[in-house]
Amino acid sequence: MSVLHVTGLSKKFGGVNAVEDLSFDIQPGAVYSIIGPNGAGKTTLLNLLSGVYQPSAGRIAFGEHELTGRAPYEFAGRGIARTFQNLQVFFHMSALENVMVGRYLHERCGIVSTLLRSPRLARAERACREEAAEIMRFVGLHNYLSAAADAMPYGALKRLEIARALATAPKLMLLDEPAAGLNPTEALELDNLIVRLTERGVTVVLVEHNMRLVMGVSDHILVLDYGRKLAEGPAATVRNDPKVIEAYLGGAVAHDGSYGNEIASVVAAAVEMHR
Amino acid sequence: MLSRLASPRTGGLLALAAAIAFLPLALRNNYFYDIAILVGLNAIVCVGLNLLIGYAGQISLGHAGFFGLGAYGSAILASRYGWPPLAAMLTTTFAVAALAFLVGRPILRLKGHYLAMATLGLGVIIFMVITTEDKFTGGPDGIAVVPFSIGGLILRDERIWYWVIGALLLIAVWLALNLIESPAGRALRALHNSEVGAEVVGINAAEHKVMVFVISAVFASLAGSLAAHYSGFVTPGKVTFLHSIELVTMVVFGGMASTFGAVVGAAVLTTLPQLLTVFKDYEMMVFGAVMMGTMIFLPRGVVPSLARFIRSRRQKGSAASNGEAA
Repeated sequence: MSVLHVTGLSKKFGGVNAVEDLSFDIQPGAVYSIIGPNGAGKTTLLNLLSGVYQPSAGRIAFGEHELTGRAPYEFAGRGIARTFQNLQVFFHMSALENVMVGRYLHERCGIVSTLLRSPRLARAERACREEAAEIMRFVGLHNYLSAAADAMPYGALKRLEIARALATAPKLMLLDEPAAGLNPTEALELDNLIVRLTERGVTVVLVEHNMRLVMGVSDHILVLDYGRKLAEGPAATVRNDPKVIEAYLGGAVAHDGSYGNEIASVVAAAVEMHR
Repeated sequence: MLSRLASPRTGGLLALAAAIAFLPLALRNNYFYDIAILVGLNAIVCVGLNLLIGYAGQISLGHAGFFGLGAYGSAILASRYGWPPLAAMLTTTFAVAALAFLVGRPILRLKGHYLAMATLGLGVIIFMVITTEDKFTGGPDGIAVVPFSIGGLILRDERIWYWVIGALLLIAVWLALNLIESPAGRALRALHNSEVGAEVVGINAAEHKVMVFVISAVFASLAGSLAAHYSGFVTPGKVTFLHSIELVTMVVFGGMASTFGAVVGAAVLTTLPQLLTVFKDYEMMVFGAVMMGTMIFLPRGVVPSLARFIRSRRQKGSAASNGEAA
């Protein structure tokens, strides 16, 4: 049974088709990566898959639940969590509170017991605090348990978003460029974290430019180009797909020389895999 | 146990209880009691309004309208129709909650500060209805209100009113603190920071904003009902747009997102005009100046700025003593 079922998904911004007629399934328990040149529609796709954008056409179903046209909080309620490329951390709160907010779906209670602070709620709050601390340790934020969010470095904030998403106890986690802005050591630790996420039973959808990371952890890859599906399949197949190499090496170079780094890393990764 | 007493929550509640308990020592006559009660009533409104402004990040420019509906609802039901005051008060409160829900629900689905516009309009409409429907409200002349009574017990004496309002203020603060330190309260603070960040962990932002808007309207309505019974007379004077602005000013002055700040703001800005009666005609100018001064010099409000100042002093102090030890 597929976890996430996407059919004919499109998103138009004015006359631009950011995502066009995409269909794919995401299987449970795997790392599913979405790659493509800048502007290929990767982030738009993630916004569609988390309900932040409403699709212009097409359907999104999660298990047997139809999610098309639902609000983001309903996507979250079904077990889809996400992080953001441009951080959406709650900067006025402590790091721990950020993660505690992630527990919301499991902690919320009626207005009367909230206002009167029932003993049950007080106990649940203590448990929530401990659980949030546990999740922070899991993602490697044990040094920031009593930190204020606005006092944390960038790399830690990226992990904090993962911790907050993990706190919702998701079935599917969408990571939007988790390695962007990280130094090489932090990026290496991220591989390990993604693997441990899948070991917890979380299906990971990864949008990422760091090809070393993508090739290292992905089971399945979807390649987008101009909002359309260019290739899809197991990581080993996609890596050798001539169309993919063309999009990254041929097309991209012709459009814009700034893809140099990305291409170099693709080539490096490909060479490494073939060795 | 000691650490729990020292927490801002319990410590603050105890400090407020102590202030209410010992204040009568300084209240020399009924006039002073009258001001203290007025402070308490405004503080109850501000504690509720602060939940909306400070935590949900929404502005209401119509809370005097809810206050007025509470006052007139109680006055009309209890005095004209002879309802028991408690029943009149509770019925009015439910009606105001329903009205706030009906207004808030469509408006708060929109992102941005549309609530300010909607409540501005609502406040003006309430004021106009109260001044024109003189068959029920007495129009600009106002309406006399029977004293508050439960069973055979009639509440008349200022001193007893003082304790009643003091206790209710404590309860209001306690409820507000409970809300803030709950999953719902965290959700509110979170969506004030990043609405999309809050939504993707499962928080229905619109629902939470509506909830807190209704709670703040209920606080204002209850304060209005109590004010009507206490003073024995209501006029449209307290239902004006200017009074709505005064209430917002109290919250901003005391400190947004600080429950005790709201109480301090209400206390200072309710007593100030009484002390500066010479300014009577320029009262709004003084309020405007206070608002501007706060925004420029204490943008976080009096209480949060003070708390931060004390904390940094203490940190410096402990750092210095550590330095000496080393």
